Amino acid sequence: MSDQARSISLTVNDQSVAVAPGTTVAAAVLLAGHVTRTSVSGEPRAPLCGMGICFECRVTIDGVPHQRSCQILCAPGIHVTTDEVSQRSGGLRTP
Amino acid sequence: MRSSFDILVVGAGPAGIAAAVIAAEAGRHVGLVDDNPAPGGQIWRSAAHLPPAAHVWQTRLDASSVVRLQGWRIFDCPEPNLVRAERTGAASSANDHAEIGCGSLILATGARERFLPFPGWTLPNVMGAGGLDAMVRGGLPIAGKRVVVAGTGPLLLAVAAHLAERQAIIVAICEQAPLTRLARFAAHILTEPAKLWQGVQFRQAIPGFPYRTGCWPVAAYGGDRLQSVTLRQGAKQWSVDSEYLACGFHLVPNTELPELLGCRIEDGFVATDDLMQTSVPNVYCAGEPTGIGGVELSLLEGQTAALAASGQVENARSLATQRRRRLGFVRALDQACALDPQLRQLPAEDTIVCRCEDIRHSGLSEHGSWRNAKLHTRCGMGPCQGRICGAAAEFLYGWRVSSVRPPLFPVSVSSLVSANSSPLNSKETP
Amino acid sequence: MTAVSDIVIIGAGIVGTACARECAARGLTTTVVDAAGIGGGATAAGMGHIVVMDDSPMQLALTRYSQQLWRELSLQLPGNVEFDPCGTLWVASDEEEMGEVRRKQALYASVGVSSEILDSHALAEAEPHLRPLFGALLVPSDAVIYPPCAAGYLLRDAVRMGARLLAPHRVVSAGAGRVQLEDGTILQAAYIVNASGVDAVRLLPGLPIRKRRGHLVITDRYPGFVRHQLVELGYLKSAHSIATDSVAFNVQPRRTGQLLIGSSREYGAETSSVNHALLAAMVARAQGYLPTIGDLQSIRVWTGFRAATPDKLPLIGPWPDDKTLFLATGHEGLGITTSLATAKLLVATLLGEPAAIPAEPYFPARFLQERNADSAEAHPVSAPEEFHV
Repeated sequence: MSDQARSISLTVNDQSVAVAPGTTVAAAVLLAGHVTRTSVSGEPRAPLCGMGICFECRVTIDGVPHQRSCQILCAPGIHVTTDEVSQRSGGLRTP
Repeated sequence: MRSSFDILVVGAGPAGIAAAVIAAEAGRHVGLVDDNPAPGGQIWRSAAHLPPAAHVWQTRLDASSVVRLQGWRIFDCPEPNLVRAERTGAASSANDHAEIGCGSLILATGARERFLPFPGWTLPNVMGAGGLDAMVRGGLPIAGKRVVVAGTGPLLLAVAAHLAERQAIIVAICEQAPLTRLARFAAHILTEPAKLWQGVQFRQAIPGFPYRTGCWPVAAYGGDRLQSVTLRQGAKQWSVDSEYLACGFHLVPNTELPELLGCRIEDGFVATDDLMQTSVPNVYCAGEPTGIGGVELSLLEGQTAALAASGQVENARSLATQRRRRLGFVRALDQACALDPQLRQLPAEDTIVCRCEDIRHSGLSEHGSWRNAKLHTRCGMGPCQGRICGAAAEFLYGWRVSSVRPPLFPVSVSSLVSANSSPLNSKETP
Repeated sequence: MTAVSDIVIIGAGIVGTACARECAARGLTTTVVDAAGIGGGATAAGMGHIVVMDDSPMQLALTRYSQQLWRELSLQLPGNVEFDPCGTLWVASDEEEMGEVRRKQALYASVGVSSEILDSHALAEAEPHLRPLFGALLVPSDAVIYPPCAAGYLLRDAVRMGARLLAPHRVVSAGAGRVQLEDGTILQAAYIVNASGVDAVRLLPGLPIRKRRGHLVITDRYPGFVRHQLVELGYLKSAHSIATDSVAFNVQPRRTGQLLIGSSREYGAETSSVNHALLAAMVARAQGYLPTIGDLQSIRVWTGFRAATPDKLPLIGPWPDDKTLFLATGHEGLGITTSLATAKLLVATLLGEPAAIPAEPYFPARFLQERNADSAEAHPVSAPEEFHV
């Protein structure tokens, strides 16, 4: 189980989250109570396939959009934003 | 980055791991490429809760000389014996693109779940069966959460057992196949003691074993995430509250890379000979892309391919004999998991079929073909490249879905530029 | 089985469907035949750019006229056609190209197309992701559409006015008022219009049409990354290449926020497979103008075939060897743009009426002298390389 000394800190939509090593960014987003994506017609979406194929898990990590978060492990200090927040702050920031 | 191997194994699930180990132990220079953060594919993911066989093979892999390219995704094969890969989860830079030379290729690309649309299937927390399992292995807490597992195939039981071990509350396991068909399948399994024992273990692992046959979800309800699932079994229909719905209708082989390489495909699977050689010289295929047959068959095929690719033809042939005995299982499983035609009635007019582009069921079938539907609605034109909606469209509308072009997966635009190509008519950038 | 119409149109691409709509609107009974569906050929493969182009006065006239027709039609177009009046920016990367910008502005003004010169600073404001350039010519009346759905709309409108579509049906022969389909059906017509793009040579061997393949890349959604269709003026400075393969910078924003990256041209390719070297060159050139485009996710790459004629003008009008046969093909990279004007010219000629612009420069007859002189396939007239989609 999670060892506090080894847990990884990151932010999800400006909210601090601590997870166990080996946790995917997708799991961290859901853990934090968010969904990963808003569909093109405005529906909330979360991961479906868990293996990098469905693209529902796309989030923005450190400013880079469209990251398949179910295949990315949490690293200390990363900033994850989901569609809702990116859209509120005036559009996806592109690299 | 450039590198070169005698044998490049694609996919680090059971088949790929076995192939890489055998080839390396035969003295070949072997590379093992896989797009996930850790090896194991879908079945052997995460260090805990693995069967003994997985530990054995993982240990042999760690002790071997196999060069591990973990977290790399192959997206193109511009010429024979050369593949291009991109590092997963990275913003692009020169270090995130690789050209890999290979004398032989062993494709162990595995399979993905088949998803069928029904009202509410796009709600957050409706996932594949393997999908929820993968998310839990990736750190999603499931203890104390109510889960409905549904769809078809042995994966449902494995997933339910694993989630139950993690203290999930398994509300129902709904297998769409009727009991009669499953009984035939079970009779076949009696010939394989290991599988029978596995079945018993599953049953023991899941409190109450709420297993129903001829049963499937007809709708999922919730506000911004799943709250309840409506199930149907025969004439009965009822709803259960649930936080997660793990729903997948068996597996579809990942044949895109084999197709790109020109391998012959028969009935949707990669055609191979007894030694797992495809129709393309020096290209082998092992595991689910040759036929959905589970872990034991994948291990056999991975080893057979590696023995053949490394010139140990006699040993390959003797393994091939063992493999042939297990092919009956592939056929039996395929028959057991045949989809009930009533599942074609599940989507409502406004049910989304293509999730990338939010294209709904109504009006899709009138386009008459996958290509026409893509052009006129953009169904299948999103980043999943039709991997999710294509299998659904095949089942719902009877369309043949195929068109494989590079990139096999979305990659950064810069990955389309080979470091070694000489530009034509291009200006120097100042 | 036989059927009789005034007009049979072969090809339900953007040109064929535009012709069908125009014919039906003029009360001609019209049948459209296509081997696949609607808009599945070059119509599906290209960029959907509606653009005024000045490779020659005739091209300028045709594109200007047609661009205006599209603007008039845009008010009726449904949402799935995605008409976007985003305009074109012709970007200049040096002083010589800025000279071309000024020349182009004057020329466009002379035919009633207004445009605006942006200096380096204004261009950077208009398109922040471009690397610093000398400036650009903005043509605000240019637009972007999604061609398969545009062809779908044009055909539906034609059907509403009485036309009918026969698809999928392959035509095996066409001439002397008779079109024969693969299943044996005979369609009789007063006039036959061959609007089948690169396939036109199958029914008319010897037509001076060559397949010119192009590549395109489409990205994931990045709204606002690029706001206008961006095209380079660099063809002036491109090296005189002995190879026939070439690339040019051409990037389009879609309504979805996705970007289309082009463009490339090659002769001699027969399949839809990707030419890796050419694709790499095309993308590298785009990176030269939009340095951060490399970081965007590309979802798909595909190829398509343009129907290219030796003088870069389409074949619109009567086929001299057959009184019943008309052509509407050979549009190279301007099929989407000039489809509406093509339909107008075709129908005017058919009915013996004056057209809004002279129709003769596009008549197929212009190549027949050469063909007769050679008694073999016409040799392409050499012309300066032009890089437009």
